[in-house]
Amino acid sequence: MTALALAAAVRSGARTATDVLEEHLAVIDRLDGEVAAFNLVTAELARAQAEAVDAAVARGEDPGPLAGVPVALKDNLCTRGIPTTCSSRILEGWRPPYDATVVTRLVAAGALVVGKTNLDEFARGASTENSAFGPTRNPHDPSRVPGGSSGGSAAAVAAGFVPIAVGSDTGGSIRQPAALCGVVGLKPTYGLVSRYGLVAFASSLDQIGPFATTVADAVACLEVMAGHDPLDSTSIPEASPALQGVLADGVDGLRVGVVSELLGEGVAPEVATRTRQAAEALAAAGATVEEVSVPATRLGLSAYYLIAPAEASSNLSRYDGVRFGLRVDAPTTGEMMERTRTEGFGEEVKRRIMLGTYALSAGYYDAYYGKAQRVRTLIARAFAETYADHDVLLSPTSPTTAFAFGAKTDDPMAMYLNDVCTIPTNLAGHAAVSVPYGVGDDGLPIGVQVLAPALGEAVMGRVAAALERSAPTTPPPTLGSRPADATTSGTDTSAEGVR
Amino acid sequence: MSAEQTAGNGADGAGIVVSDTTGDRWETVVGLEVHAELATATKLFSSAPNAFGDEPNTNIDPTSLGLPGSLPVLNRRAVELAMAVGLALNCDVRPCVFARKNYFYPDMPKNYQISQFDQPLNVDGYLELPDGRRIGIERAHVEEDTGKNSHVGGDGRIHGAEHSLIDYNRAGVPLIEIVGRPDLRSADDARAYVSELRAVLVAIGASDGKMEEGSLRIDANVSVRPVGSDELGLRCEIKNVNSLRSLGRAIEYEARRQVDVIEGGERVRQETRHWDEEAGRTRPGRSKEEAEDYRYFPEPDLVPLVPDPDWIAKVAEGLPPLPAERRRRLAEAAGVLPAQVALHVERDLDHLALAAIERGGDPARVVNHVEHNLAVDGAEALDPGYFAALVTMEVSGELTATQAKAVLAEMVTSGRAPAEIAAERGYEAMDTAALDVALDEVIAEHPDDWAAYVAADDPKKAKKLAGFFVGKVMKATAGQADGKAVNQALAARRAASGG
Repeated sequence: MTALALAAAVRSGARTATDVLEEHLAVIDRLDGEVAAFNLVTAELARAQAEAVDAAVARGEDPGPLAGVPVALKDNLCTRGIPTTCSSRILEGWRPPYDATVVTRLVAAGALVVGKTNLDEFARGASTENSAFGPTRNPHDPSRVPGGSSGGSAAAVAAGFVPIAVGSDTGGSIRQPAALCGVVGLKPTYGLVSRYGLVAFASSLDQIGPFATTVADAVACLEVMAGHDPLDSTSIPEASPALQGVLADGVDGLRVGVVSELLGEGVAPEVATRTRQAAEALAAAGATVEEVSVPATRLGLSAYYLIAPAEASSNLSRYDGVRFGLRVDAPTTGEMMERTRTEGFGEEVKRRIMLGTYALSAGYYDAYYGKAQRVRTLIARAFAETYADHDVLLSPTSPTTAFAFGAKTDDPMAMYLNDVCTIPTNLAGHAAVSVPYGVGDDGLPIGVQVLAPALGEAVMGRVAAALERSAPTTPPPTLGSRPADATTSGTDTSAEGVR
Repeated sequence: MSAEQTAGNGADGAGIVVSDTTGDRWETVVGLEVHAELATATKLFSSAPNAFGDEPNTNIDPTSLGLPGSLPVLNRRAVELAMAVGLALNCDVRPCVFARKNYFYPDMPKNYQISQFDQPLNVDGYLELPDGRRIGIERAHVEEDTGKNSHVGGDGRIHGAEHSLIDYNRAGVPLIEIVGRPDLRSADDARAYVSELRAVLVAIGASDGKMEEGSLRIDANVSVRPVGSDELGLRCEIKNVNSLRSLGRAIEYEARRQVDVIEGGERVRQETRHWDEEAGRTRPGRSKEEAEDYRYFPEPDLVPLVPDPDWIAKVAEGLPPLPAERRRRLAEAAGVLPAQVALHVERDLDHLALAAIERGGDPARVVNHVEHNLAVDGAEALDPGYFAALVTMEVSGELTATQAKAVLAEMVTSGRAPAEIAAERGYEAMDTAALDVALDEVIAEHPDDWAAYVAADDPKKAKKLAGFFVGKVMKATAGQADGKAVNQALAARRAASGG
């Protein structure tokens, strides 16, 4: 059942939120051992929220557009009094004293927070293998990664644990796992959704967005989360856009460009084929479709891997053992900080701190960080020129389908190349959404990406909805037929326990 | 002679160090960096209170603790106060960018400080000293304060301490850092600059300027060069000067130390040195060679600050008259130099003096009374009309200087009119005849002294004896004689006696 259908049932009194919740908790309890999507299941919190929704309905009040909809949150979103780990040892034991703005808004809209999902440590990675708590498995194939860094949220939706999950996208961390898990993943325009309470990776690129099984559910969740927040200085000073109403408008007369640079080298043929099929479907639905060259997109990866680590190196400085989380004692403060960070951070996080520190160093700043920022401007300009003649652009989301565990862990560059199609959007601050579009030769899901200019969510939604209508079906995951993997423990839904 | 032995024997008041060994003359060059806490109700980037002296760690929130997911939001009032400082210091107020200054220190919650780097708010201004000299201001930028460490055990320093406690109440308090050009030439100059700067900050309400509470903190860059040279020598940055007195002592010591170093055939090392108040000397801290690389980059959690010209104009209109302007106004009205009325402005009595002059009080007498006879509580409440009337009575001879002083003192305490007080005390100026009679009597009573006075060749001796006779006459007339008139009569009588 979709989130909107559940909410409609709960709001009309046809079902209770408590009933909906228990049904989902039972599924999580039974099957998350196979997936390991959750770091923590917050059953008690969700039960209290469900009771509040049911009480509101009983009083004749409207409990909100997401009434009774179970929602999973990426574990880099702050939840008051609930552990928020970023899948890192260094945040061991920390319970934020506040809720992220999106959490406040979701709960106010009647959503039920059922748990915190796994991610690559501090959102650095594209496979959810870099988690201090072990990897999350792709519900479609347990030997494959779910993508990342929001792998837990993508897998939770794909596995049917929740109709909606929330993730964050810095270079593709929503769209790539959405594609690999066969769900919808939307990265909104930078500034559309408040970052307050999102543990920062790269502040100028991070953006929170939804996962869902349908485009309509995704935009319904976005509508709740979006809109100006005075607690985030980079928040766009506008109200949340109305998106659900435009999804059925069709694509007749829209101009769609298929980005030729993102169809060639490095992209698996089956992925390119699906992308072309998607383009043809849009043309059949009345859109004007043509291939378009945006050469600057090729520069995205190198600029991103300077800017993101640079900001990350600074954002991660606060994890020093002084005020919260892990502390490894030592004779002096300096050694205490050093040992805490050495033991608390994983390899990928350390690698990016080193990269970023170097890129910002005196004497290197202009050559690296400064130049990367200029490249960023070039990319934004190139997109602006392209959007003068196109309403949206189309590309693959990920160059390949889900890869096997360990396939790229020894080769960071190969892992980084996963983000080649998604990164330009973050650098430009634009919007993009990944829509499932059939499967590859290996039977694993493929996602097609719709890119739109800043605040182009409405037109992007129309195109995504059209793609959804034309998409070949993706067979649902077959969970429950195999025993829980020994490396991932079952999830305790009776109480709140960290994995 | 070594630097250690010359403590307290540094540069003279004019900032010239004369070498003990060669007799060469060296000029002291000083530039000051002043940090002032801005007098806002809340912190620079959050709504936690900005208050001194509260229980440790009570004025805190997620942002001032740098908790994961927290974000800064710029305090509008802090910007207004900072712009007011810039305008008062004749700076250009410009669009600016916040930057992160990265370094690890436990009192800094995020391990980076949000400051301004290459694009500060205020640039290129000057501060006018009472003597009319203009001291260049390079920039005045906005930044956040750090928390405060206290080291327990050992001798209270970080080395050897058993443990350290951190109070984050001060973390995030808004600061303005005012960077002066090296235009100061002595310890006296430096003190005059800080006094004037503090007066400006207090006048515009930007800061309480309390050095003892740390709301005004000074770092002094000191170098020396041969008198006549235009080049700047290598400088040392002197920290830990906590009073105007320390500032002067530290500069004088440091200038002498540097001359000794140079004359000893060595080069001054560019380094940070700490003033040790008890030992009366500076000690080396971190040298610039091993200084940290702050890895500045634009703060991605904030947007550039572009003050609207109307906003700047509004802040400028709201500025009260500044000390330099007030000195100019009073000096003009009184026909003296601005430097001669510095004290009047410093005591906030320039308005009283101006008003008394406007009401017809003799300017010279008004200025004199304010400087010498009104350094008392309640003087500012004196009725300027009464003050003018008193001065007029004095100038016309109705009251002697001594009587006028006494009446003035009572005017301050009672608020009554001078004529009323004078009448009650029975003051009336003596006419010349009465004075002559009194003088005759005194001379008759002390014939030997009179003979000695008339015959005295030594001016010192004559002056002493004159004082003796004036004193006797004043006593005989119960203070009603005018001291000046007595002196004149005495001198005339002596001349007539052949002295």
